[in-house]
Amino acid sequence: MWQFFHKLGSPKWFFGIANRLMPWLMWGGVVLLFAGLIWGLAFAPKDYLQGNSYRIIFIHVPSAFLAQSVYIMMAVAAVVTLVWRMKLADVFVKAAAPVGAVLTFLALFTGAVWGKPTWGTWWIWDARLTSMLILLFLYFGVIALGAAISDEKSSARAVAVLVLVGVVNIPIIKYSVEWWNTLHQPATFKLTEKPAMPMEMWVPLLLSVLGLYLIFGWFACLRMQTEILVRERRTRWVKALVQAEES
Amino acid sequence: MHPIRKKRLIIVLFLLAGIAVAVGLTTYALRQNINLFYDPSQIVAGEAPVDVRIRAGGMVEEGSVLRDPESLKVEFKVTDFNSSVLVEYTGILPDLFAEGQGVVAMGRMTDNGRFVADQVLAKHDENYMPPEVAEALERASGGKHKAVDGNSTGAGY
Repeated sequence: MWQFFHKLGSPKWFFGIANRLMPWLMWGGVVLLFAGLIWGLAFAPKDYLQGNSYRIIFIHVPSAFLAQSVYIMMAVAAVVTLVWRMKLADVFVKAAAPVGAVLTFLALFTGAVWGKPTWGTWWIWDARLTSMLILLFLYFGVIALGAAISDEKSSARAVAVLVLVGVVNIPIIKYSVEWWNTLHQPATFKLTEKPAMPMEMWVPLLLSVLGLYLIFGWFACLRMQTEILVRERRTRWVKALVQAEES
Repeated sequence: MHPIRKKRLIIVLFLLAGIAVAVGLTTYALRQNINLFYDPSQIVAGEAPVDVRIRAGGMVEEGSVLRDPESLKVEFKVTDFNSSVLVEYTGILPDLFAEGQGVVAMGRMTDNGRFVADQVLAKHDENYMPPEVAEALERASGGKHKAVDGNSTGAGY
């Protein structure tokens, strides 16, 4: 176990693993996501109250779910950066933050589109919506702070501390609908308890969530590889790789 | 684990615990401001200020909706199954507004205990179901209540 952990510290080793993983992540993700979306958007039954407008849930829930998961993964990587000083953990944080920001924006946007016809307003300052907006700003902050400090080591540590400070927001997002009165309804999509929707709506939703996880894994590998190549451009193995590519 | 790493890990854990306590205390102190709306019970108990813009939320009581045939004025009771508050509103209601549905109304409490709203939002619950299932549930409950009630009584609105 520890050997695997220490191998993770080697960018070269990770580069090779990512090459082998990426086709699986990409095809698995594309197939699952498309299956879930097509099933959900075209074939799942409509809701008795909202009609077809509820179908935005098949995009809203996966992106909101992933937006929070990605942040938790970044927080784990931040602990690794601070405690073990592993470069690859920082590479992950820098690679994942823009993807997380896009997912958070997507969740807020689809929520607003759904909220207008359903609630009667596209935005309200309730605890769920506000904490999600804070998550978006946290992602922006992580991206900006990482880009503002040019020294690799100080940038890694500063970003890791910011990510860790922000992680308290995650339980606030999750439990906001239970702790306070909000306009946003409690969770429909649950993994541990019986979901508040029938199977023929829940299964496509589950497929889209799983598919988006794999797609995120693919994006993360791709972006981490790019970041590794930039950082390790002076090493022998990267030069050899480029030469092999050119010839 | 290496002693230096152990020390760093402890510092990181302290950092996390400190932030969690700080944020926890702040949100606890601000809990009334974070709550989007007052429950009818809170309003009846006099916890909500009079003549200040507040939000009231709850279920629209069955059989309480009175529409004025001449105008857009509408009156209904908002309940949390303990107490209820009479709400007055003039304007277009959202599509999901119905008896037995959750709503959040923004407006003021008047001295005579009525809530004058200038905005009414529909609150959707977490239950999703196909129309056939909803009909079946309604038939099973004798058609007296809407299907949602059976699932979400007491669970919130």
